[in-house]
Amino acid sequence: MLSRLRSQKVQEIATAYLFLVPAIVILGTFVIGPVLYAIYLSFFDYDILSPETARFIGLGNYLEAFRDPVFKKAFTNVVIYAAGVVPTQMVIALILALMVTTGVRGQNFFRVAYFIPTVTSSVVVSIMFLYIYSKTGLLNHILGWFGIPPVSWMENARTALLSIMMMNVWSTVGQYMVLFTAGLNDIPDSYYEAAMVDGATYWQRLRYITLPLLRPTTLFVSIMSVIGTLQLFDQPYLMTNGQGGPADATMTVVLYVYKNAFGGYFRMGYASALATILFVVILALTYIQKRWFGEEVQY
Amino acid sequence: MEISSRSVRAVLYVLLIGYALITVGPFLLSVSTALTKTQHVHLLFKNWGLPPEPTLENFKYILKSGDFGRWVFNSVVVAGLGTLAKVFFNSLAGYALARIRFPGRELVFWAILATMMIPAAVILIPQYLILSKLGWLDSYYGLIVPFTVSAFGIFLMRQFFSTIPVELEEAAQIDGLSRFGIFWRVVLPLTKPALAAQIIFNFLGDWNNFLWPNLIARSREMYTLTVGLQTFKNEYYSFWNQVLAGSMFLTIPVIIIYLILNRWFIKGITITGMKG
Repeated sequence: MLSRLRSQKVQEIATAYLFLVPAIVILGTFVIGPVLYAIYLSFFDYDILSPETARFIGLGNYLEAFRDPVFKKAFTNVVIYAAGVVPTQMVIALILALMVTTGVRGQNFFRVAYFIPTVTSSVVVSIMFLYIYSKTGLLNHILGWFGIPPVSWMENARTALLSIMMMNVWSTVGQYMVLFTAGLNDIPDSYYEAAMVDGATYWQRLRYITLPLLRPTTLFVSIMSVIGTLQLFDQPYLMTNGQGGPADATMTVVLYVYKNAFGGYFRMGYASALATILFVVILALTYIQKRWFGEEVQY
Repeated sequence: MEISSRSVRAVLYVLLIGYALITVGPFLLSVSTALTKTQHVHLLFKNWGLPPEPTLENFKYILKSGDFGRWVFNSVVVAGLGTLAKVFFNSLAGYALARIRFPGRELVFWAILATMMIPAAVILIPQYLILSKLGWLDSYYGLIVPFTVSAFGIFLMRQFFSTIPVELEEAAQIDGLSRFGIFWRVVLPLTKPALAAQIIFNFLGDWNNFLWPNLIARSREMYTLTVGLQTFKNEYYSFWNQVLAGSMFLTIPVIIIYLILNRWFIKGITITGMKG
């Protein structure tokens, strides 16, 4: 009896691990192993074209990164980008969610319309916006009605990053709007009814009921959005032919990692160090998130 | 919060419709431009964005040019197989973590969760080096295999499996079904909403992916549609009507899937809080 129980137990364990084999093998080989490998590589001067010359240089890559003006520029760009895009897209998403949940007709139509940019490939979004931003494109045409002379939005170092920022607000607002809508629907109607009985105005209800109860959603969205913006790659790559130009105006951290590793320099060690720095920043932000809203966020 | 004042409602509709124009407008302009003859593109705005003599010649031209058909095929294969594998493997792993007690369960679960925090850029270089060691660069293996499991999918499936009553499984066990039999025939069919959300998000993520195929696909025959379209854009740079016609092949399937499965989408994004 006991040995039968034991063999059943062994069989259960074997089954469990059998079910987990694909997950363990794939995540181990292509995610967990690579993270450790990336950190290891970051201490080497490693050129993929001549691997035999690889040598250990300790913190050399990191010291170089902190002196590298292009890396500094890339980091600054990403911070400017996040500072501009995150609050803008959150405010628009929240306002849209508040408007859609007022019981207007065609709620479903608006949700679909607002969400379509989110499901569109970054390649298509980039092509459409290069067209809109071109010298004879829609944006300049509309500005022309107000007598504003045409600008080559993506070719001008002063407007290139702004152009990508506007485009990304456009393409991600829908996603956050849906999250805010879900958060708003979770607030019990009885709270509002009670407030109405007490004679609270719309703004008072918004200020004292909606916004406080929406806090978990808001913080979750803000962290998602910050982490997303730190990893910006596709759009600047696609819209500047992989250059991050003009004059590094749209260079981002990930694009610079990519350029160092695959864009002609083949400096795998240095690129790994840059990527590791990004990872540490993201870990720090995730930690701050945990500290800030602890158990409040459920997902 | 309900709003009853009529004038406020009117303002609401104006704003909502205005923003819908902003989100849908670029797509309408793209369709319209893709239907315009090259010599008419400069007249488009004068004609309120409508093509003076609508034509399908851009679409015909694109389909005939070079490897375009092959790129569409590659995208379907990569996104299709990747999604099938992911949904199956994630469900298997999620089931084991939700339902079987075994030593090391906590460790495996936390290791899988931890992989969700790793930015793609960090592991890009080692992944590339590993694939080049395996000889998988420029192959379907390289495009598909690294993405046959997703930590988030496992997490999602585990949550769903945990909500299914254990009694169902006990009954099946008494009837002599194996663990896999219970998983496949009893439990999995009950998680259709989770599976649907997973299929949609994974397919879209793979279909729209650019960074990875751009790195792995070296020869033109191995390009996916996203990579192909990007090179295509550079070649036909000033022929917006043709480039935009090409981009329709990437967009239209997605919009159709989205419109049909809208309900699952909203559910999925609400559950997952993220894209892809």
